[in-house]
Amino acid sequence: MDEREIRNLIGDVKAGRLSRRRFIQTMVGLGLGAPLASQMLASAGIAAAQTRGSYPAAKRGGGGQLKVLWWQAATLLNPHFAVGTKDQDGSRIFYEPLAAFDPDGNLVPILAAEIPSVQNGTLSKDGRTVTWRLKKNVVWHDGKPFTADDVVFNWEYAADPATAATTIGAYKDIEKIDKPDSHTARLTFKQPMPFWSEAFCGAPRGQIIPKHLFETYKGGKSREAPTNLKPIGTGPYKFVDFKPGDTIRAELNPTYHLPNRPFFDTLEMKGGGDAASAARAVLQSGEFDFAWNLQVADEILKRMEQGGGRGKVDIATAGNIEHIQCNQTDPWTEVEGERSSAKTKHPFLTDPAVRQALNLLVDRASVQEQIYGRLGQSTANFLNAPQKFRSPNMKWEFSIDKANQLLDGAGWKRGGDGIRAKDGKRLKMVYQTSTNPERQKTQQIVKQAAAKAGIDIELKSVVASVYFSSDVANPDTYSKFYTDIQMYTTTMGAPDPASFMEQFTSWEVAGTKNKWQGRNITRWRNDEYDKLWKSQETELDLVKRAALFVKMNDLAIQNVVVIPVLWRMVISAVSNRLKNTDVSGWDSNFWNLANWYREG
Amino acid sequence: MWRYFLRRLLISIPVILGISVVIFAILASAPGDPFEELATNPNVPPEVRANLRAQFGLDDPLAVRYVRWFVSMVKGDWGFSFQSRVNVDTLILQRLPTTIFVLGSALLVGLLVAVPIGTLSALRPYSIFDQIATTFAFIGFSLPPFFTGLVLILVFSIYLDWLPFIYRADIAGTGFRWWWEHVRQAIMPVTVLGLFQGAALTRFVRSAVLDVVRLDYVNTARAKGLSEWITVVKHVIRNALIPVVTLLALQVPTIFGGAIITEQIFRVPGIGSLLIAAILANDTPVVMAVTFVFSCLMVLSNLVADLLYGWLDPRISFR
Repeated sequence: MDEREIRNLIGDVKAGRLSRRRFIQTMVGLGLGAPLASQMLASAGIAAAQTRGSYPAAKRGGGGQLKVLWWQAATLLNPHFAVGTKDQDGSRIFYEPLAAFDPDGNLVPILAAEIPSVQNGTLSKDGRTVTWRLKKNVVWHDGKPFTADDVVFNWEYAADPATAATTIGAYKDIEKIDKPDSHTARLTFKQPMPFWSEAFCGAPRGQIIPKHLFETYKGGKSREAPTNLKPIGTGPYKFVDFKPGDTIRAELNPTYHLPNRPFFDTLEMKGGGDAASAARAVLQSGEFDFAWNLQVADEILKRMEQGGGRGKVDIATAGNIEHIQCNQTDPWTEVEGERSSAKTKHPFLTDPAVRQALNLLVDRASVQEQIYGRLGQSTANFLNAPQKFRSPNMKWEFSIDKANQLLDGAGWKRGGDGIRAKDGKRLKMVYQTSTNPERQKTQQIVKQAAAKAGIDIELKSVVASVYFSSDVANPDTYSKFYTDIQMYTTTMGAPDPASFMEQFTSWEVAGTKNKWQGRNITRWRNDEYDKLWKSQETELDLVKRAALFVKMNDLAIQNVVVIPVLWRMVISAVSNRLKNTDVSGWDSNFWNLANWYREG
Repeated sequence: MWRYFLRRLLISIPVILGISVVIFAILASAPGDPFEELATNPNVPPEVRANLRAQFGLDDPLAVRYVRWFVSMVKGDWGFSFQSRVNVDTLILQRLPTTIFVLGSALLVGLLVAVPIGTLSALRPYSIFDQIATTFAFIGFSLPPFFTGLVLILVFSIYLDWLPFIYRADIAGTGFRWWWEHVRQAIMPVTVLGLFQGAALTRFVRSAVLDVVRLDYVNTARAKGLSEWITVVKHVIRNALIPVVTLLALQVPTIFGGAIITEQIFRVPGIGSLLIAAILANDTPVVMAVTFVFSCLMVLSNLVADLLYGWLDPRISFR
């Protein structure tokens, strides 16, 4: 499908010949993420869908207690300091963003009265200003009204480097925010902003805290705010009690801005323990209603589902990709105090034939079937979601024969021990990953196939706390990448792929200069890719922009910079009676919390 | 005795100091970064992490950090958790009641099991009762709590569906229901810990009673015509329990250790699970504080054991 066809489809939606839903499905079928597809419609002036699911309760409350279980406990309740999803989810019970991302990546208004669109004149054509109209009946839990002042304050608070907010990335590009009236906020960005919904939308970066309680705790004093642990927000539930690292308790907010919501009288979010027993508490013993992020073997989950019959596993898509990286630099030679220096070249992984052969030797189907089951999907793409960004062009194949032919053709001859060599360089490589049963099994599958093609792979596993640390002194971190190939999962975190795809740009190359904090771990440099990435920054036409990301993905895949192994899903366990959880891979598990209810 | 007590207390100070240096050094040389999750998140710029590290003084040299920690500890400031951004003492105090409740009940259960069974076994050594009790005692302390914990969960929560296996410190409700819920959720962790303790204690009680029961004064008591009950309770057990009491004092830190794992399994929000979570998150101030509390507890309970021994048995003098 080319650009013109997509434009025709958008025209059909405009004229009412094609449903919004159908359009998004088509785009997703093309490999574009749902958030992108709906943004396409928004930029073409088609209003966003407003409702999802049905909510049967005719009055507030009366639903008893909602018990949810996170196997990592929330440790703090200020969304701007959230370190992981556990903290974001914990704060999201009390705080809300202007809009949330649903499972398809669509924006759903929460504190906003409507989603900005070109049609309404609330989204400028040059992509620099976005006007948010806020709901007028919203009050904070302490009775003060929610106004545009709060929106402005959150920008000032998060963008101040002294605050050290983890959300700063979403706010630092805002030039100013005007308040035409008390319930309108007009954002002006420093440059055209294709992903204008990064600020103030979605739980990871968009939750809004009250100005009147945080005003005096901006910048360096931010950590002293008593409300960091006792949130006062606008959400469906009010704060009762918080024990860091253990439990959050909340109760119904009688002044919530949506009618008849929330359903439950009280809410308890328990944390700690391990993923498997969290799944068990929902699926088998039914002690809890919902459990988050279950990284548990699919086999075990299936057994629990069948054995208990009290809940089911919910699978949501996100952009998490388990992939193998091919080092473009030489990990075995030290240059100016660093190995894998950008000044070196890998002795054999720079030969495209070797990388192509490796790509043919990863048996993704077996990895999925034998190891991950429903928890992942084999894929040829690095960028898999939202669907509008997924490339339809890439295919993967597992063929030892083809790999052998390729290597033979490129002049890599088998030696006496069966290992191929060329110009005195032998195809022996070290394959590193974190210690984790699934990853070690995957390593074995690759190693065996590679051995049949005359490549000798030595396996290495590093404890996760070392591997994923940023310890500059440790040679075994993933960002140092002192081996030939390595494998881990990288996450996307936002329904827009810009920062995700930045990890192949030349200015992100990890090394001594940036203390290995650069995100281009493979150290691959490609002018064409850099250009593509730069042009997406100013490309406001969402269809063209999606095409740019598809091209970037294809470039990285065709060059075998990375070998995608598995597109990993977000797994939760939900009680059979709990409805409307509608987990979204692009937002907090609680993005739709106000609409959760229990049946029967 | 006071002089002895003071002297011992003074000796403890360098011991505790030494312990703190060792813990600090180990923690500092262990890999990991409290803001690790930010490093792998593409949406958080690296400057944020650098800023946070600077704010929490993580980039200073080891010695500086230790001195800073020590000085504030002496002043009563236990530090500030990287993860929760609250004072460490608040965190610990929040969790202390739960730990004390669970550990206290476990110790009580252990004693209630150990004293009668141990005494009965000793009074009729090598009888069938003794054989059975001995067998179970051996099984009891050979099986680690994490194993028995899982078995209990499987049987009572999954198959029988009688008891909850997730411990909740905050239970809504009042009166009878509140008590009942608390008892119900505490049954499994307390049983696991209590029986583990009880098994070992049974053996100690048995051997202590065996030693005493053969002594002449017991025969005298019997010859006086005292009933068997009075003889055993007033004359035998009283004397036999002296070594057991000191042993209990010595065992308190061990119980804390066992509780770490049990707390993790049943999600008991106590000190032990706080320690594990802090270790996993590289939350150094919390790890430091908790381990430091544990080591102080160890030193103190040693001291208490020695004092108790002398107080219970006046034949022992302090020098």
